[in-house]
Amino acid sequence: MEKWRATSNLRRSLKSILNRQLKFRYLNEKRSCQSSFNLIRDCKSLGQVNAIQHRCFSSASTLVQRNPSFSTLNSDDISYFKGLLGEKSVIQDEDRLETVNTDWMHKYKGSSKLLLLPRSTEEVAQILRYCNSRCLAVVPQGGNTGLVGGSVPVFDEVIVNVSSMKNIISFDKVSGILVCEAGCILENLISFLDNQGFIMPLDLGAKGSCQIGGNVSTNAGGLRLVRYGSLHENVLGLEAVLANGDVLDMLGTLRKDNTGYDLKHLFIGSEGSLGIVTKVSILTPPKLSSVNIAFLACNDYSSCQKLLMEAKRKLGEILSAFEFLDTEAMNLVLHQFDGVRNPLPASMHNFYILIETTGSDESYNREKLEAFLLSSMEDGLISDGVLAQDINQASSFWRIREGVPEALMKAGAVYKYDLSLPVEKMYDLVDDMRIRLGDLAKVVGYGHLGDGNLHLNVSAPEYDDKILEQIEPYVYEWTSKHRGSISAEHGLGLMKANKVYYSKSAETVQTMASIKKLLDPNGILNPYKVLPHSLNS
Amino acid sequence: MKIMVAVKRVVDYAVKIRIKPDKSGVETQNVNMSMNPFCEIALEEALKIKESGLAKEVVAVTMGPSNCVDTLRTGLAMGADRGIHVEAARDLVPLSVAKVLKKLVEVENPGLLILGKQAIDDDCNQTGQMIAALLGWPQGTFASKVVLDKEKQVATVDREVDGGLETLCLDLPAVITTDLRLNQPRYATLPNIMKAKSKPIKRYTPEELNVEIKSGLEVVQVTEPPKRKAGVILSSVDELIDKLKNEAHVI
Repeated sequence: MEKWRATSNLRRSLKSILNRQLKFRYLNEKRSCQSSFNLIRDCKSLGQVNAIQHRCFSSASTLVQRNPSFSTLNSDDISYFKGLLGEKSVIQDEDRLETVNTDWMHKYKGSSKLLLLPRSTEEVAQILRYCNSRCLAVVPQGGNTGLVGGSVPVFDEVIVNVSSMKNIISFDKVSGILVCEAGCILENLISFLDNQGFIMPLDLGAKGSCQIGGNVSTNAGGLRLVRYGSLHENVLGLEAVLANGDVLDMLGTLRKDNTGYDLKHLFIGSEGSLGIVTKVSILTPPKLSSVNIAFLACNDYSSCQKLLMEAKRKLGEILSAFEFLDTEAMNLVLHQFDGVRNPLPASMHNFYILIETTGSDESYNREKLEAFLLSSMEDGLISDGVLAQDINQASSFWRIREGVPEALMKAGAVYKYDLSLPVEKMYDLVDDMRIRLGDLAKVVGYGHLGDGNLHLNVSAPEYDDKILEQIEPYVYEWTSKHRGSISAEHGLGLMKANKVYYSKSAETVQTMASIKKLLDPNGILNPYKVLPHSLNS
Repeated sequence: MKIMVAVKRVVDYAVKIRIKPDKSGVETQNVNMSMNPFCEIALEEALKIKESGLAKEVVAVTMGPSNCVDTLRTGLAMGADRGIHVEAARDLVPLSVAKVLKKLVEVENPGLLILGKQAIDDDCNQTGQMIAALLGWPQGTFASKVVLDKEKQVATVDREVDGGLETLCLDLPAVITTDLRLNQPRYATLPNIMKAKSKPIKRYTPEELNVEIKSGLEVVQVTEPPKRKAGVILSSVDELIDKLKNEAHVI
């Protein structure tokens, strides 16, 4: 009797594997129209997690498998959603699904059959309550600009996209506290605040598309972190919906509130796996009138470090951004974009630094910056540099630094790594990777030097396992050895879901899993991501 | 040969303009100011000519209150050799500027006077033409290409006109005003910024130059253009004809 049951179970699970085809494809397209090619690859040993397959009989341990405890959508579900949200907010159209199923880098593609566009917290709550009762997996989505595959489905999860929730609820001109819905696009918030004389404490290249809910859920860093701090410091409150539909209203607007455990910090950076953020209350700094920006060249990495130390000391409170890019990154940007010119054309330098200062007194700040730059030049830290004379020149400097990710996308396949490392060691990794990869691929290093954050990117014409073998797990082990973080600001998403042990201890991760189990017992929120798969059973 | 370039301090091109509540002008307090983009192009052209060996010195001139010196400093940081600042309490109209420039030309004797075609705050497009008339010099305005011939002492200027491009040959000394496609202005490099600190800036007042700068114009009111009305979606051709006839009065 027992034997029969055992074998029938086996047959059932095999059948389910056969029936639910794993549709997790690597899609690889060049963005330019000249040549586009789809590479649907069949990799069996891509690190420890991701795999694409046509054949269903591969070694189970190296695959992401669709969790059989999740239900599949049926027509009753669709009718329920249509009744709840109205026809317009329930999307099943193939073309629209194509876009929301694919991430910005065209590296990850899911096969969701349903996109929901709630317009209020109440609608989000009802969606989640229903999905929880039906055990339907859900992917919270905002601007879909994430870089670790965390914003798109892995299989057929229902996509709950908050883009329609884009109201600014209130703004207090005295304190600078902004309360808005999660679907507000960052650039729109920046323009709104500009009219009021304030700025957002974070700024990133993706601002034209990314939404504040997503920024908060991923604890986005950005270009101004060195001055204004991270979102943990600037978010005063948020409203989130839990997996069972309960709404947690933690939308405080108080600078100080020591009443109980500060749960909002759990949601900031949890990448949608603990709840869907629906409203955010954020402290915005006043817009200061004097912004100056310099684009500098250094000969070697140790000068860059010394420059950073000097900048923090001499520019002190007016320093608002300190970014670096290496020659490879500069070449890439110049090559991929027309209308972008090198501010320091005399010769190709090894490292380029972008320093921005923001303050209230124009002449004082300008003098301070000029004095700092001139003395750094005399000390030999900088080999050349230019100072922007008007807003257009300033934007062109930022265009270069902010354009690197886009240029990498246009250049073909890119392996992206976002690491926090001690500043002295940061560039050693780039040099190491160049030696390891040799002619196989180009290694580009750039990032937020002021925060100790390196964006290590490996660029090649096509994705290739040989390249990946040289990179992973070497990069993670290197980072771990120097007690760095394998994901400084991009998050874990799908790409690094099983890699968290490189930066966090087993006990810590176990506690994270317990919290996840507590807040989302059925595991329907953004499954397969953030935490290692072995912990979700 | 000496080249004189006139530069103007204006509200930065990228700033969103606001009108003062009393409608007397544009808000310029606490607003980023910088060199007029066309003036930058003019200065860049002068520097290029100097670098090609056809000129010895580039002198940058500006007029206005004391904060205009910032613009001169930018000019010096880009590579001009000397600066001249004519102190005046408020903004000058093009005719006054032209009269002051005439006196400065008589003092400095440049072989070429380059200006931007217009300033982005008043969009007058008059100063270059007026100074050429006052001096009796030939003028090549809206220049998109300038080629100097030292032996023949002529400048061949391609002008951007409504019908296309017009090529003129001007005897030097001449006045050239620059248009957008002439060149791409250089950035101010740190070594140049350092050198600029020691470059001389000479100060004049209009009285010293014997110029009357009283303006014959008075600004009565400055208002924003009317907001664009939203479009209307019509449901039938009949409705369209009705609207065209009765509302727009075009048929």
